[in-house]
Amino acid sequence: MRALRSAGPIFLVLAVLLVLIAVANPFFLEPAGFLAFVKRAAPLVILAAGQYFVIVSGEFDLSVGSLVTVQVVVAARLIEGDEAATWPVLALLLALGLLVGLVNGVITTGLRVPSFITTLGMMLVLSGAVFLWTGGAPRGALSETFRMFGRKDLGPVPWSVLILLVVGTAAILLMRSDFGKRLIATGDNERAAALSGVRVGRTRVLAFVVSGLAAAVAGILLGGFAGVSAQVGQGLEFQAITAVVLGGVVLGGGRGSVVAAMAGAFTLEALFTLLNLHGISGALEYAVQGVIIIAAVAAGAVRLPLRRAARV
Amino acid sequence: MTARERLRLARPPAASVPAEPAAAARRGGVLSGRIGSTQVIYLALAGVMLVGWALVALDGGDFLTLETIVGIQQRSAALGIVAVGQTLAILAGSLDLSVAYLISLTSLVAAEIMAGQDSGIVPAVAAVLAVSALVGLVNGLVITRLHVHAFIATLGTALIIRGVVDHLYDGPAGSVPESFQRLGYDRLGPVPVSALLWAAVAVAAWFLLRRTRLGYRIYAVGGDEEVARLSGVRTGRVIVATHVLCSVCAGIAGLLLAGRLGAGAPTVGTDGGYDLESIAAVVLGGTALAGGRGGVPGTVGGVLLLAVLDSVFNQLEVNAFFKDVVRGVVIVVAVAGYARRTVRRRSR
Repeated sequence: MRALRSAGPIFLVLAVLLVLIAVANPFFLEPAGFLAFVKRAAPLVILAAGQYFVIVSGEFDLSVGSLVTVQVVVAARLIEGDEAATWPVLALLLALGLLVGLVNGVITTGLRVPSFITTLGMMLVLSGAVFLWTGGAPRGALSETFRMFGRKDLGPVPWSVLILLVVGTAAILLMRSDFGKRLIATGDNERAAALSGVRVGRTRVLAFVVSGLAAAVAGILLGGFAGVSAQVGQGLEFQAITAVVLGGVVLGGGRGSVVAAMAGAFTLEALFTLLNLHGISGALEYAVQGVIIIAAVAAGAVRLPLRRAARV
Repeated sequence: MTARERLRLARPPAASVPAEPAAAARRGGVLSGRIGSTQVIYLALAGVMLVGWALVALDGGDFLTLETIVGIQQRSAALGIVAVGQTLAILAGSLDLSVAYLISLTSLVAAEIMAGQDSGIVPAVAAVLAVSALVGLVNGLVITRLHVHAFIATLGTALIIRGVVDHLYDGPAGSVPESFQRLGYDRLGPVPVSALLWAAVAVAAWFLLRRTRLGYRIYAVGGDEEVARLSGVRTGRVIVATHVLCSVCAGIAGLLLAGRLGAGAPTVGTDGGYDLESIAAVVLGGTALAGGRGGVPGTVGGVLLLAVLDSVFNQLEVNAFFKDVVRGVVIVVAVAGYARRTVRRRSR
């Protein structure tokens, strides 16, 4: 109940934005129009869910953008348009996401490198390695089966919406489990958590693994939706972190819910949609986005002291 | 409380400044206690130069030529200036992700106002300093007054600047007169003018941190904001001041890059990756990302280390993407090294 109350503002903002979109574009109210929006938002929402796990444990993951690029470029190079290669490559991509998360987590917790630096280094290594391998430009092609997840529908519902539902449900269940409680305890007060028997390091490593896996899934969806390019993941790490913070999750850890983080990603996507509908040019879109992000986070922060006082 | 008493309170406890030899000696005794993180980065720098020299020699080249050394200085000047500014923000426990777009913006402001005329230089420099100080002020006030985390506040500012720059410019614009381009290319003997500019900025920042009241307060606020506040430091003002100085450094880098390019360019800041790269250089130099520990000499060493690596790879004609991989590994390994030392020291 308390989680719902603290996450309240983001749902209000999201509702207002959705109404504004519907006013500007009535097609949005039809199932097809709305599902198209959810489909477009799915990769960012999944990334934000993964990033939430890392942020709530008190860390950052800056490597997810380049990980998405790596996923798409590697998939294209390995599949080369061959249908038969699709499923093994999909499995490989998930394993790659898991491995990257594991390395991020182990370096951060084991070697005590700040996660900002660990994942920044990972970002450099990943983007350098993948282009080293492909010689500078992405090569190869994705198969139709691979692209199905990002762009095709199962009956009336897009595949990506279904995948989002599964991932979202999994994230919520995970946060309700013992692991979720340990994660929040770790982010809130590492020492207290450790003293009450939480294996802090292991918990954080798992958070990074979840984020890596989420990036793998988002990469698979984006590859299908947007196609193969070297820019596909650019800036996604900042968008994901922004979405999580918009959802009222505190940088530094310990506070906020995963549902609100996903709602933050929907809000960001709704904002892009609305700006497009009103014909605000691509460039000024960034400026408006910047103002709104600062304003939204400031509005959230200003209320915080009152809320804390009320709880005491 | 008199100003002097407050200053004494604001001075950080010796233990939080491991670079101070006296404090380190008192604490430990053996080798790991006596060598501060600044010395480590210079030892690493010497090591990389030695290995680089050997590798280039094996490859049949000559690393330690005047040309290489001038090249290293020139390449590192812009990043060095930004990183010195970033050091101030990070020491105060903050960070600035808006520097890259600010560099693009100020390069355009400079080149547009100069418009190829010598008479435009003074107004252009003044305008760049004013614009960058204003951006820093906004960053600082959003962080301290609106309580927005520095990460989000400066990311938001970066987006705003990006929107404005992208909206107004598609490509290079303005023109820098030849006399100002000297800033980018001329040298006095073996020393490039740009390196002198970097040295001047670094010395000024070092002086600020080590010899002025504001400097002590920056360490105090970064070390523990609440303790600093209770000791009578106006922590908000200190953080705002570091952001203004950090942005002004980015503005100076913008001027330098405009001088080198002969024009302003909307992508010069982001292409150089000055935001994350400057943070990496600061941390590589031994400054703690959480604030309160480290300093300018370390940052200078960190930037030089990155530049020497770059130079060695250029001479060996290593693939550009491989360079990124190595750079990522070096940064993580170096920081892991510091973390180990800190843990060992604390456990004593």
